[in-house]
Amino acid sequence: MSADSAVQTGRANLDVFSETLLELAKADKNVLAVTSDSRGSAKLANFAKALPEQIVEVGIAEQNLVGVAAGLASAGKIVFAVSPGSFLTARALEQIKNDICYSDRPVKLIAISSGVSYGALGSTHHSLHDLAVMRAIHNCTIIVPADNFETAESVKAAAAMSHPVFIRFGKRAMPDLHKPGARFLVGQALLVRDGCGIAFIATGETVIHALMAAQALEREGITARVLSMHTIKPLDDQAVLQAARDCKAVVTVEEHSCAGGLGEACASVLLQAGISVPFKIVGFPDEETVTGTQLEIMAYYGISPEGLARTAKSMLNRKRS
Amino acid sequence: MTDTALIMKSIEYRIRLLGYIKKANAGHTGGSLSCVDILNVLYNRILNISPQTADDPDRDRYVQSKGHSVEALYVVLADRGFFPESDLETLCRFKSPYVGHPTRKIKGIEQNTGALGHGLAFSVGAALAGKMDGRSYGVFTLLGDGELAEGSNWESMLTAAHYRLDNLTAIVDRNQLQISGRTEDICALESLYDKFTAFGWSVRSVDGHDVTALKSVLCSTPFTQGKPSMVIANTVKGKGVQFMENIAKWHHGVPTDEQFTLAISQLKSRLQEVLV
Ligand SMILES: [Mg+2]
Repeated sequence: MSADSAVQTGRANLDVFSETLLELAKADKNVLAVTSDSRGSAKLANFAKALPEQIVEVGIAEQNLVGVAAGLASAGKIVFAVSPGSFLTARALEQIKNDICYSDRPVKLIAISSGVSYGALGSTHHSLHDLAVMRAIHNCTIIVPADNFETAESVKAAAAMSHPVFIRFGKRAMPDLHKPGARFLVGQALLVRDGCGIAFIATGETVIHALMAAQALEREGITARVLSMHTIKPLDDQAVLQAARDCKAVVTVEEHSCAGGLGEACASVLLQAGISVPFKIVGFPDEETVTGTQLEIMAYYGISPEGLARTAKSMLNRKRS
Repeated sequence: MTDTALIMKSIEYRIRLLGYIKKANAGHTGGSLSCVDILNVLYNRILNISPQTADDPDRDRYVQSKGHSVEALYVVLADRGFFPESDLETLCRFKSPYVGHPTRKIKGIEQNTGALGHGLAFSVGAALAGKMDGRSYGVFTLLGDGELAEGSNWESMLTAAHYRLDNLTAIVDRNQLQISGRTEDICALESLYDKFTAFGWSVRSVDGHDVTALKSVLCSTPFTQGKPSMVIANTVKGKGVQFMENIAKWHHGVPTDEQFTLAISQLKSRLQEVLV
């Protein structure tokens, strides 16, 4: 099965987000969606039709979006501020830092079409910096759901949170990764598959690629643990440490710059715990990103079942110091 | 409270805020002196907020977008009983909650501000929520004139007009100066009246040191049903201390001992004049 066909079997996390938000908003009139001409991109047209009083449009003005969201939250509204990740976390970063995080306004910042979801539209529309900047700002939970289940659960969890939260996802269909009955807890990695050869610690839309790499590796006699590290902050340190203890090498995978994202967060946990393990961060290098479809771009940087299996094998050939 | 009492309060606020700036050896002196009459009128005449109603969902909201003039806000809030004025002895000290810009750690402060161009968007959100919930509170925000170069203000002005937020009043502390000089030399703002009007706001100009005039303007909002209200308060940066007035370097200048003595004596003699 190619990544393409696997990835297209489910529904887009974006669709699941908009449906979940609509359910929440129907149940509580204080739930609001605030958009910056992004209701189409955010699949909120149905929401706008069903609950026109609960959608606030501010126009193409992301700074305004975040500031207005803070003001609405100050009056007790449960606010989902929705905008493409590239604009939300760059254009409006100061508003996120001051109006939301520093002021502790429990706004739910929803970064749609994140990473390289916009593929061929180029770097203006890519968000490969967002996890790094959000990690460095105090007082914000960061969630990157991998599949439909994680998306629905994280949106519901966010609605109930009394402090700021940032959720980022893409718009590509995602297959289910978890068995029925799986339990989603913010800050707790989900085990997608267990093994003790290689550990893939992956997040968001890369998790399916890690899972398929694990399946391929198993056919070669290498078992792989796959963790969906949906919460980037607070990081599940224990799951990272356990993976390094149980497995011969650790590979982190993210649709984000190698600088400041999941990989560096994991490296920090391991090094500061005195654990040295063959370790590789798979993400976007410090160069102008190539363009194409999301899958083409990710594969170019080694985020594909084949690429990740290759990386895993090369890491297993390294000696543990 | 008579207008004379208000005028005296303004002078007392000036004396106190200068004292705390002197003691802290830090502060935004010029802008605090230019906006203190506006704060005086808001807190003593216009806003229905008190320490007892600081969390009441129906309270009026005041958001200080020009957060750097926090010393004026602190002395007014202390006077209104939100916290003991002796707390201000710790202004800008290590770990003091009375930092150099407003934060919600202080009772009565609605939002953390300081970076410019943030207060209006927040106020638009608070006003919009009031409309949604059918509440009758007003939202007031104070903008600096130099701050108006931040584009976010103009985004928020569009939104306020679009949603017909006539429960929102913005006041510009139009002291003509910013940190490096005259606003009109740095990034010309005029005609502000025409610009605000074109953005869909109902605009009035007022002498920002005339408490009677301020009171009459601020209690007549909304100026137009269905439109947000904008008050251009013409002020003097450093107002009340002759050697600070209209001098940009007093933006965050701290007086020497001699200057401080002179400033206080000028304000005290003004107080005597008002009494007589
Ligand atoms: Mg000024």
